[in-house]
Amino acid sequence: MPRVVLKLGDDVSTDVIYPGRFMATVLPAETPQYAFSDMTEFNADLRAKQVPHGAVIAAGRNFGCGSSREQATSALKGHELTIVASGFARIFLQNSVNLGLRLVCAPGFEASVGDELDLEPSRVLNRSTGREFPVVPLPPARQAIVDAGGLIPYTRRLLAERKA
Amino acid sequence: MGMTVVEKILARASGRESVKAGDVLEPRVDLAMSHENAALVISQFHEILKGTGLPERPWDPSRIAIIFDHRVPAESSKTATNHKKVRQFVAANGITRFHDVRGDTGGICHQILPERGYVLPGQVIVGTDSHTTSHGALGAFAFGIGATEMASVWALGAALNVEVPATIRVEVKGRLPRHVGPKDLILHLIGRLTAQGANFRVIEFHGDTIRRMPTSGRLTLCNMAVEAGATSGIVPADDETMRYLSDEAGVTGLVEPVAPDDDAVYVDTIRVTASKLEPLVACPHTVDNVKPVSAVAGTLVDQVVIGSCTNGRLDDLATAAKIVKGKTVAPWTRMLVFPASGRIYAEALTKGYLAAFVNAGAVVMNAGCGPCLGVHEGALGDGEVALSTTNRNFQGRMGNPNSQVYLCSPAVAAASALAGAITDPRKGAR
Repeated sequence: MPRVVLKLGDDVSTDVIYPGRFMATVLPAETPQYAFSDMTEFNADLRAKQVPHGAVIAAGRNFGCGSSREQATSALKGHELTIVASGFARIFLQNSVNLGLRLVCAPGFEASVGDELDLEPSRVLNRSTGREFPVVPLPPARQAIVDAGGLIPYTRRLLAERKA
Repeated sequence: MGMTVVEKILARASGRESVKAGDVLEPRVDLAMSHENAALVISQFHEILKGTGLPERPWDPSRIAIIFDHRVPAESSKTATNHKKVRQFVAANGITRFHDVRGDTGGICHQILPERGYVLPGQVIVGTDSHTTSHGALGAFAFGIGATEMASVWALGAALNVEVPATIRVEVKGRLPRHVGPKDLILHLIGRLTAQGANFRVIEFHGDTIRRMPTSGRLTLCNMAVEAGATSGIVPADDETMRYLSDEAGVTGLVEPVAPDDDAVYVDTIRVTASKLEPLVACPHTVDNVKPVSAVAGTLVDQVVIGSCTNGRLDDLATAAKIVKGKTVAPWTRMLVFPASGRIYAEALTKGYLAAFVNAGAVVMNAGCGPCLGVHEGALGDGEVALSTTNRNFQGRMGNPNSQVYLCSPAVAAASALAGAITDPRKGAR
């Protein structure tokens, strides 16, 4: 069962998720080491593989605001984290859809570190508090990209259709 | 039903009679801009085409612009190698709108695009930089995307699954007071809207204050629209846009401005009385933490930064140079100036602005993103405070999570550099 490993507030910026000084590193295989690099303890846990795949970062509104840097998404994807938040900034949301980072938009979501969650298509149940939060689903156009396995396979499919 | 400017632009780019907020489209792209992160776009583009049998060539190299600005000259061998990889791709594909590390034709992408005439009213522009919103200043619909999405644009020539954003109308009336400028206006709006108040929306600017505002100021407004979460900012093209395009950007061809319909539907209307605005500061660590300069006046500053895609244009440098000319920067304060482009650098040199900065003790740096994003120069020490005309003050933005960044106009920055503390330019050095 997914467990909350980090709790953050509103307006978490991409500068916090992936500091600008590491932007010369671009490849998805290399970015995960710098995820939340200024939060030294959490970063150390990630690098030591102490955070299981599917673990949840709980956040408030406007998660991922700021820069369009895709490293913010690929760094979190590299650790297979799930972000459950009240809301997401546009470019970060789109990048996550494109790269397959799992985001769950649950307005009003509240949880503490250690809480266990049920992540269902239409709701998030915080088993530790008993509270549940309705999920705002992705618009169909974005869901189609997720269902295709990300933007690279989705674009490849479109190119193949055009060719045919 | 009437359409907003962005709805009209998207309808045309999608071959439709009309569109409305919420529609999902695949608009053709007129210009696809990247900076250093073209290195990642290139590798994702390769991934898309691998094994398809299709040639690894973008759909239309003449519609791609690549500008090195984030880390120029290269701060590390890694960056230099990325630059080299991009140069090779540019040469192999005949991309002509390429701006390398040069003192004459180089600069920040969000200045190069308008000043070279790459941006025209009515266009759809995507850029792998969140401040691509800037180009709405010329009446284009311009928005930031990630590198993988750009690779998809390079393959298809269209942006996929673009949801038509709802539009917020902003009406600004009256004259801006002395020492109050476009930066104060956009900080005021961000303070009102909050950092996410315009998420997934467009901000369309109207009113006599905007009509009188030069394109440089409109670029400042649209640049920071994204700090309220907006997909883009846009100023409908007008006489000033036409003047800028012909006189400053060298555009000679036919230009078709796009205006909103009188019965366009807006999700919200915000009214601002320009004459009531005052110099403002965005306090650490969020851009919407906006206060009057008087609320934080006297805060000691270790570093003052003037420049960037937000406020590194000739008007901005003129304002700051006038304030510091013949005076001296406080001994405990480092003042860094970085013009937005090589062209602006040269003009500021000719007009004596750069001499005014250097003689006051400022360091004039090459055109580029400079210290704004903490990548390779002008980093802050532990516990230090910076006051900057840039656009973001998130924790760690200038390279150190244990520092503080305040954002302000060029006038506030210049007056504060002399005093060594945050200063109201109406009261400080004249």
